[in-house]
Amino acid sequence: MNEFVETLLDLQWHEPKSSYDVVIVGGGGHGLATAYYLATRHGITNVAVVEANYIGSGNSGRNTTIIRANYGIPESIRFYQHSMDLYKTLEDDTGCWIMHDTKGLIWLAHTESAMRSERARCQLNTAMGTETIMVDPAEIKQLCPQIDLTGSGRYPVLGASHHVGASTARHDRVVWAYAQGAMRLGVHVLQNTPVTGLVMDGDRVTGVKTATGNISAGVVMSAVGGDVTQFAAHAGVRLPIRTHPLQAFVTNGYAQGFGPIISDTELLSYVSQTARGQMLIGAEYDRQQSFSRQSSFDFLQSCATKVSYLLPFLKNLRIMRQWTGRCDVSSDFSPVMGFTPAPGFVITTGWGTWGFKAIPAGGEAMAELIATDTTPEIIEPFSLNRFATDHSMADQGSTGTR
Amino acid sequence: MLWVTCPLCGHRPIDEFKFGGEIPDVPASITDDAARDLDHVWMFNNVDGVTTERWFHEGGCRRWMTLKRDTHLDRVIED
Repeated sequence: MNEFVETLLDLQWHEPKSSYDVVIVGGGGHGLATAYYLATRHGITNVAVVEANYIGSGNSGRNTTIIRANYGIPESIRFYQHSMDLYKTLEDDTGCWIMHDTKGLIWLAHTESAMRSERARCQLNTAMGTETIMVDPAEIKQLCPQIDLTGSGRYPVLGASHHVGASTARHDRVVWAYAQGAMRLGVHVLQNTPVTGLVMDGDRVTGVKTATGNISAGVVMSAVGGDVTQFAAHAGVRLPIRTHPLQAFVTNGYAQGFGPIISDTELLSYVSQTARGQMLIGAEYDRQQSFSRQSSFDFLQSCATKVSYLLPFLKNLRIMRQWTGRCDVSSDFSPVMGFTPAPGFVITTGWGTWGFKAIPAGGEAMAELIATDTTPEIIEPFSLNRFATDHSMADQGSTGTR
Repeated sequence: MLWVTCPLCGHRPIDEFKFGGEIPDVPASITDDAARDLDHVWMFNNVDGVTTERWFHEGGCRRWMTLKRDTHLDRVIED
C-alpha cells in the first residue's frame, strides 16, 4: 500500500498488545471480513489481524475479481448466492465505494456435452434461486457484439448459460472497506508482522509467534493464503490442500462498454473489462504445484491465443501487466472452513481460484463460528472433517479449472 | 519454460507432460489405520521445497516417470 492510498483511507493503526480474544492470521479479504463481522455483528473488538506484508498483498490483490454463484452443487450455490447478496449491500454497510458492477456472466459451450452441462447448471441454479438461463448464439451476440460465434472457425459457439447477477468489484477497495470498518471499531491490524509459529499448550493453540514476541489469543484463526499447509502444520493439522500458481494479465484500454464476463470451460479462460477499460484475462492454474510467483511467457502465449479465438479484437491490444497468485486448491475443489482437530484453532482455506467472491459470506460465517463456538449451517458442509465422514463437496466443473 | 529429462525421450518441454502429483507419504506420527487411510487419500504434504513427484509423458513415450522438483522456485532438479 502506498502513501497515496493511505491518504484516501481512514485507517487507524494501533500499537500491538500482547494478548487478544481473537488473533486472525492473514490480512486479506477473508481475514479482514471476519474481523469486520466480529466487530459489527458480535461486538467482539479485542481482535488482531496479523499480516506478513501489507493488507491485501496476497491473493486478494491477485485475483480477477469475478463475483458469481453459478456453481454445480446445492451447498455451493447457496453459499455463493449469499455472498453475492452481501456484496450488493456492502457499499451501504461499510460506507465505502467498492466499484461493484453487475455485468452478467456468459459461460460458453462448444460441444453438445458442454451444452448438457450448461443446461444442468441452469436447472440446478434455478432450483436454488439463482438466476441462470440458457441463451442461444443470437442472444449471445446481442449481449456481447465483439464475440466471434465461429470461434475463429475452431470453437463454434453452440450456446451458453447466462448467469444474470454476476458482477465484479475493485479488489483493493473490498479489502480496504473491511479494514476501515473493523479498525474504526477498535480492531488492531498489524502489518509487516510475519507469524513464525503457533504457541501451543498441549494440543491447544494459545497464541502466535512473531519476530517481536508472542501474542496470546483465545482463538487463532488461519486466513493464510499460499503457505497454509506449512502454517497449519505448526498445530499438527493436516490439510487436503495443494498450492498451484495462477496467472492473469490485463491489456491496455479498450473502448468502454464490453458488457458481460465471458467464461469458457473448453478454453479454460475468462475475460472481463475493468473499470479503467483494460481487458482482464485469466486462465486455469499451472498444472504443477508450486509456491513460485514467477509469471511466464508460455502462459501469455497460450492464454492470449485461446481468448483471441473468441474475441478477435484482443489481437490488436497490448499486454500491460501480468501477475501470479498462489491458489490453495482442495482435494474436492470446495473451500475448507471451520474447526480443526486442534482446539483454539479455526481455519478458512481451500479458496483455490474462487476466494474473492466468497469474502463477505466466508467472513460472516467464520465470525459467527468464532463468536458462538458453533458452526453456522451455511458452512457446515465445508468443514474439514467432511473427508473423514465421506461427504466431499466435489465441484471441479464449476471452478473454471481443469 | 520448464524442461524435463525423460529417461526414454531425453530433454523435452514440460507441455508434453501431465502432472501426476506428489507421491503420497503419510507421516509416521499418524498411527491409527483409519487415520492413515484418510491421510493417504485426501491430504497432501504440499512441500515448499524439494519434492518427489510423478509425471506422465503424454505427448511422448506415454510412460510414467519420477522426478524431483523444487516447488519453491518451480525448477526441476536433475540428478
